[in-house]
Amino acid sequence: MKKKIFLSSVAILFFATNALALSDAYKNNIYKTGRLKPVDSVLKVKIGEKAPDFTLPAVSGKKISLKKYRGRKNVVLSFVPAAWTPVCSDQWPGYNIVKDIFDEHDATLLGISVDNIPTLHSWTKQMGKLWFEVLSDFWPHGAVADKFGVLRSDGTAERAVIIIDKKGLIRYIDVHDINERPPLESIVRELEKLK
Amino acid sequence: MLKKFFAAVAVGFFVSLINNYALAQKTPQAGDTLPEMELMKPSDEAHLQYLGLSGSGTFKIHQIKADAVIIQIFSMYCPYCQADAPNVNRLYGMLTGNPQLKDRIKIIGIGAGNTQFEVNTFRKKYKVEFPLIPDADFKVHKIIGEVRTPFFIVVRLDGSKKPKVIYSKLGAHEDIEAFLKQIIKLADIK
Repeated sequence: MKKKIFLSSVAILFFATNALALSDAYKNNIYKTGRLKPVDSVLKVKIGEKAPDFTLPAVSGKKISLKKYRGRKNVVLSFVPAAWTPVCSDQWPGYNIVKDIFDEHDATLLGISVDNIPTLHSWTKQMGKLWFEVLSDFWPHGAVADKFGVLRSDGTAERAVIIIDKKGLIRYIDVHDINERPPLESIVRELEKLK
Repeated sequence: MLKKFFAAVAVGFFVSLINNYALAQKTPQAGDTLPEMELMKPSDEAHLQYLGLSGSGTFKIHQIKADAVIIQIFSMYCPYCQADAPNVNRLYGMLTGNPQLKDRIKIIGIGAGNTQFEVNTFRKKYKVEFPLIPDADFKVHKIIGEVRTPFFIVVRLDGSKKPKVIYSKLGAHEDIEAFLKQIIKLADIK
């Protein structure tokens, strides 16, 4: 039975395709990564635990600390693997048009990548004006991703969504298949639970 | 037992390869026949009526009641599609506001990789009045050659099951009036 499950999983992996629908905003500047190992890290945090604090530089020039939101806002952390790669480039622009949903749920969004600020600046500029902070976990490399256990063995981050409530407790973790974008409704559904 | 299972996996793998090869088609160009695609019927009654459809399930482009159909491939996650939404809305307004055109040229959006929720989010944000259809599993997107977004395909319907592509273009239109004029001419709508 276990063999069957294993073989079925292998078969599904083979049959899956790496679909994406890139915006023309990026022209031909996106690096094609090919299909990657869906998850390549081991979580170091659990639902119900206090989220580890961090301070990171943002593209906006600010230093953003998680603790500043405690008691004020729910926080959605969106870790993405790397700038200028297929799925990542078509993720945050979607979040950019749903500020009202985040506001309705008294939540903010922090986008995090292990890229440096200049790279993130150039990349996110293609997305239009973002309403949320984009943080660079570049140095020490991937330290925040590592604190949460979402740093992959190649130094990129997982495609992960972690929701932290106003008390600073982790309420939702989705370490998503890196090759696919988490559907927006999964985030909205979890935010609704925080009401 | 295990041998049979291995054989089934192997067959499935090759069938899938063939399927994927067949699905990953080239981008439709003017003069081509539009590859066959099945789309989810809109649940909104007004949208069904607009397309001349009824009931639930799926439909094909040739079943739309029109002489020509503008197909916009978009994504809620695409910044250019977001920026272009007011223009496409204006195009829809120009079509529906013109008694000579409103029943003859229809427009639909297909949300590449977008779920119903995501398509609805785009609709709500940009107040889109024409039908937007989800393509969550990228099935349609693959059929049309995995185009970047936004992408526009215009087909002429002649009553047959094979709509003819009369126009295809990557990217937004700077001059929506010129685009409409061109479509009217290409579709030979008098």
